[in-house]
Amino acid sequence: MSAVTDQFAAPSASVRKTPKGTFDLVFRNASFLAALFVLVLLAGIMASMVIGGWPAFREFGFGFLTSSVWDTQNDQYGAWPAIVGTLSTALIALVVGVPLSLGIAVFLTQLAPPWFKQPVSTAIELLAAVPSIIYGMWGLFVFAPLFAAYVQIPLSNIVEGMPIIGTVLYSRSPSGLGILTAGIILAFMIIPFIASITRDMLDQIPSVLRESAYGIGATTWEVVRHVLVPQAGVSIIGAIMLGLGRALGETMAVTFVVGNANRLSASVMDPGSTIASRIANEFNEALGLQLNSLIALGCILFFVTFVVLVIARLLVARVKRY
Amino acid sequence: MRKLLILTAAAIGLSGAAQAADITGAGATFPFPIYSKWAEAYKKETNIGLNYQSIGSGGGIRQIKAKTVAFGATDAPLKGDELTKEGLIQFPTVMGGVVPAINIAGVEAGKLKLTGPVLAAIYLGDIKKWNDPKIAALNAGVTLPDANINPVYRSDGSGTTFVFTDYLSKVSPDWKSKLGTNTAVQWPVGIGGKGNEGVSASVKQVANSIGYVEYAYAKQNKLSFALIQNADGNFPAPDDKAFQAAAANANWNEAPGFGISLNNQKGADAWPITAATFLLIHAKPEKPEETQAALKFVDWAFKNGDKLALDLDYVPLPAGVKDQVRNAWKGVTDPAGKPIF
Repeated sequence: MSAVTDQFAAPSASVRKTPKGTFDLVFRNASFLAALFVLVLLAGIMASMVIGGWPAFREFGFGFLTSSVWDTQNDQYGAWPAIVGTLSTALIALVVGVPLSLGIAVFLTQLAPPWFKQPVSTAIELLAAVPSIIYGMWGLFVFAPLFAAYVQIPLSNIVEGMPIIGTVLYSRSPSGLGILTAGIILAFMIIPFIASITRDMLDQIPSVLRESAYGIGATTWEVVRHVLVPQAGVSIIGAIMLGLGRALGETMAVTFVVGNANRLSASVMDPGSTIASRIANEFNEALGLQLNSLIALGCILFFVTFVVLVIARLLVARVKRY
Repeated sequence: MRKLLILTAAAIGLSGAAQAADITGAGATFPFPIYSKWAEAYKKETNIGLNYQSIGSGGGIRQIKAKTVAFGATDAPLKGDELTKEGLIQFPTVMGGVVPAINIAGVEAGKLKLTGPVLAAIYLGDIKKWNDPKIAALNAGVTLPDANINPVYRSDGSGTTFVFTDYLSKVSPDWKSKLGTNTAVQWPVGIGGKGNEGVSASVKQVANSIGYVEYAYAKQNKLSFALIQNADGNFPAPDDKAFQAAAANANWNEAPGFGISLNNQKGADAWPITAATFLLIHAKPEKPEETQAALKFVDWAFKNGDKLALDLDYVPLPAGVKDQVRNAWKGVTDPAGKPIF
């Protein structure tokens, strides 16, 4: 391995001393500009969102974050139900999606027979390429009616009248659409990302580690729990954060299945809305302060996603140090 | 050789099409199918195309104010003072109706009767069950289930919602004070579906639901609908004649820019939830030739487009209204002050 690296390193060092160095300089500056372009673009988007959303922040102040009113008639806007909807659908997506993704990854790398491994790996990569509107339409036309008939209605009959879960899982109108449905559809959408990144991470762990664990008599579960997870753990968290970032910002699929109610409900079976779905719904017809409020919502989503990505960066940086 | 000839002919045809400047417009999604149909037929006759972006009424208003298009299209008419302020002229092009679609086990299409105030109470969440005495009183002989009503509304801002909430505001003081008229309101109950297709999918799938969609959409998708009592106390079936009856009795000069509501008009057969869709043009356009081309297109559609409109379940304007619109175009002038139409 090191010999190969040397072969490549030697000529590139000598290039710098020849007249071709000019080309090298141009190339370096060009790629620097390309990288700078990303930063300028990001700063531009951030600035235009802050400017566009500023009238809403100025009008409602901190109350914009905490108010539940979304009244186009009297021009009163608050982001709270959308923020709660965004966070709760993303949380449900993680609760459903992460165990499945990890199961897929562990099975594929440790347990699957080769003839089964390849088709499943390909299927996961295909799932990642399905456009989100397809997930949305499938969710609305196929998943929601089944979910209403086989989950919402029986479950509501069981939990009705019970403390806490009688509220959280009860659906007043069993339509199949709501926060929980959106969370489950989001889970399907983030599974390919988390599963394939985790699979790659697990594949990179030297097999000598695994083999020595098996050699001292560890069971499969013990190998996964005490060897693989500590080795790949932090990068798995990075993969989960990437999935979370997608779940937070997903628009089309969520708009189809979330039920689009601009109000808070104690039940996850009830319709709600997310920041992205509200923007998708109302942007076309919005004017004046409503438009500013939608851009301000986008600003909040931008901030939340930014925080998630920073956390992912920090975690990935940590794993690199070891 | 023959292939080459065809290719050459096609190339000439293409370049010919590119030379005639297209008319640009943007706005409402509701009239998009009929504008496209008219444009197709118009292009065959005149070789002038229409580039219409159905980005929604709000977008159409923004674009015409910014003067990036020759005309803007909106379902919700602008108020007189805004038209004056922006120097815009507004006129209707075509009409349509909104019908309540229902999905109640055991209730046949066209059998359920509702009044405006009852419809408002359902969407306010005041009437919660289908066998509520207020609904039962209107429907003697119809078996209504003891089930929760699931109202479905448009979650995206839409002209359909504007027409529907305008109707509810007219017939229910309660609705007017609590929610009012807009392209989107703060619905206290129900599920939101995106677009006509989202609403109809929800109504079809959710038992005991009621939604509202454009008539053309309900007809093409064979949705069950409910009947609504009109201003004369009748329950007309929603069809072209009922929408035309609503337009016939309206006083179009009541509001500037023909911006009247056709909801709850008098007339024995008038469907109570009917509306026109509007175009906006500048009274003193910077590029008069573009506006002139747009007006010629609308004039052509007024003369030749009625059948196409009826085919798509839109309702043409009455002839008298068309003349009033043409009259209003006299106010559109070039920089020299000469009328361009």
